[in-house]
Amino acid sequence: MVVINPSVLLVDDEVPFVETMAKRLAKRELAVETAFSGKEALEKLEGGGPSRIDVVILDVKMPGMDGLETLAAIKGKHPNVEVIMLTGHATVESAIEGMKSGAYDYLMKPCEMDLLMAKVGEAVAKKRAHEAKILDARVRVHALRRES
Amino acid sequence: MQTARVRPAAYYRSLTRNLVLFVVVVSLLPLFLTGAIILYQFKQAYQTKVEENLEVLLNKHCHTIDAFLIDRLADIRVLARSYTVPDLENPDLLKVKLGLLREEYSGVYVDLGLVDAKGAQVAYAGPYNLTGANYSTAQWFHEAMQSEHFISDVFAGLRGSPHFIVAVRMHYEGNDWLLKATIDFEAFNALVENLRIGETGFAFILNRQSELQTKPRQEVILSSGAWQELLQTPLAPGKVTIVEQPDSLGRDMIYAAAPLKKGQWIICAQQEVSDAFLYLVQAQRAAIAIFVIGGLLIVAVSLIVARRLVRRIAEADEQKEAMNEKMIEAGRLASIGELAAGIAHEINNPVAIMVEEAGWIEDLMSDEGPLSEETLAEIQRAVQQIQEQGDRCKQITHKLLSFARKTDPTIKPVDLNGLVDEVLGLVAQKSRYAGVKLTTALDQGLPKVAASPSELQQVLLNLVNNAVDAINAEGGTVNVTTTQENGRVKLSVSDTGIGIADANLARIFDPFYTTKPVGQGTGLGLSICYGIINKLGGEIKVTSAKGEGSTFTVILPARQDTTPAPAGAPGTGQG
Repeated sequence: MVVINPSVLLVDDEVPFVETMAKRLAKRELAVETAFSGKEALEKLEGGGPSRIDVVILDVKMPGMDGLETLAAIKGKHPNVEVIMLTGHATVESAIEGMKSGAYDYLMKPCEMDLLMAKVGEAVAKKRAHEAKILDARVRVHALRRES
Repeated sequence: MQTARVRPAAYYRSLTRNLVLFVVVVSLLPLFLTGAIILYQFKQAYQTKVEENLEVLLNKHCHTIDAFLIDRLADIRVLARSYTVPDLENPDLLKVKLGLLREEYSGVYVDLGLVDAKGAQVAYAGPYNLTGANYSTAQWFHEAMQSEHFISDVFAGLRGSPHFIVAVRMHYEGNDWLLKATIDFEAFNALVENLRIGETGFAFILNRQSELQTKPRQEVILSSGAWQELLQTPLAPGKVTIVEQPDSLGRDMIYAAAPLKKGQWIICAQQEVSDAFLYLVQAQRAAIAIFVIGGLLIVAVSLIVARRLVRRIAEADEQKEAMNEKMIEAGRLASIGELAAGIAHEINNPVAIMVEEAGWIEDLMSDEGPLSEETLAEIQRAVQQIQEQGDRCKQITHKLLSFARKTDPTIKPVDLNGLVDEVLGLVAQKSRYAGVKLTTALDQGLPKVAASPSELQQVLLNLVNNAVDAINAEGGTVNVTTTQENGRVKLSVSDTGIGIADANLARIFDPFYTTKPVGQGTGLGLSICYGIINKLGGEIKVTSAKGEGSTFTVILPARQDTTPAPAGAPGTGQG
């Protein structure tokens, strides 16, 4: 089995933030994609396919389509993708709201890289485990059919 | 600076004056009117009563006197018809008859006499020795000979004391004789003298020549205007004529006259008006006294009440003013609170970037080996970015600080355009997230307005904040315009938001009225705006269409000396 580097999609409207963060994550051997709005993030997910992107790091407060809306759209179309909400202090409530609708966790902005990496690792592990279960279930269904 | 807003003392003085005037007029006018009407009616009624009284009295006495005279005449006529002239020529018979008459009428008759056609008194009975007296030259004698019977005027005659004569003409053997009786003046006079009216009224009798027939109780000046006038008017028989005039001493008098003895005599009466109308005058005095005392009381009470009331109003105004100040301060705090959330986020973003850049530098430096050219350039870029973001933080905090300074109500010249830029800077981030485009159309030659900058800033912030909040998720535009017209400065904030329902339009300036959900709006913003603008002598108007957006317009008077004087002494400025 080939170990694939976890792939991350970074979504924030602050361009310098996204760019620098991407560099740092890339340095930690993650495959990084960037998007500067909710709409762009959805396009990237659609384009790359659900298997390519494991975790979305999503800013809560963005002009136009905000974090919560984007989250709902991602979960609707790509339920397996894990989402970590990134929030300023004033929007902690919305981040919690986001977790209720399926986000994996939330982190306060500015965030510590170690903490972020740990969360990403957990989220990826969760996603992988989940995908493995799905695969396992499919295999079992297949075997049952063959027996009968 | 606080006193500039407190109403001047003159305002309260005029308020007190108006209150007192109002109360006094409203309470005294009906009092006066009722009093006047009742007094007038009373006077009319009383006058009628006095005149009727006088009329009845005079009429009654006319009858009494006429009856007295007719009775006396009848006595003599009976005597004349009972006896013949020769019988009456006998003084003894006359003496007997006189005795009988005097006995019957207690001294009314003075004497009896028989006068022949030539005027000689042929027989006489009485206290004087008048037998043989010659009346041929006396006027009464001639008048008496002309008629069947005769009553003379009062005259002194031969005896030298006032009396009058009652005479009956007799025929005997072709000759005319007169049987005459003298009536005592005092007895007759008593008839009239006893006629007293009130305290000052009295009566007397005149003949047609205006000669007194009785002795009046007081001296009567018949030549005075009132009597002359009254006596010259034709007096209707059986009717009393009354006039009211001042006499020669200036006292108001009532004069009354009625004809008597078939118009030959006139019975007259006079009375002082003050006496006749004594009760009326008393009533008038009482009414005036009540009016004056009542009026003074009302004035005093209304003064006290008005002063107290106005003092309360002044206190209430002061409290209201203090309340307004507090309200503006509270509204300001609410605005700052609302801003703070947005601002914290706004600062958080550059801080996050700086933290990331610093982390990135750390990452780069943690690489083993010497730093490459490329890495150094990357660090250079990161440091640059940190500086930029630091600057951004500084600007944000400065904006917030400019608003968070304490409310200062001092009035000074304010540049409205500068204020617009400042406020739009504050809400820029909020509107960016809300998808709202902020545009301005500012008149660059706008005159300054006299206002408190911090208060005006709050007005503007409230209006722009509301405008941004009015715009729904699809986004929209908020446009701020400044213009000037006719010495007034106009500032409009229009949005393309949801608009205000007509039903709510009338209430938006009410305190605590809000359509925002609980916890999101205090409902104080527009009411504070209204208070501030009103205080500056300006007005605030709103036009709105549901679904098409609203426009709030603030109109303020431009400051007169808008262009600041050039620096330096005025005299050397342009040299």
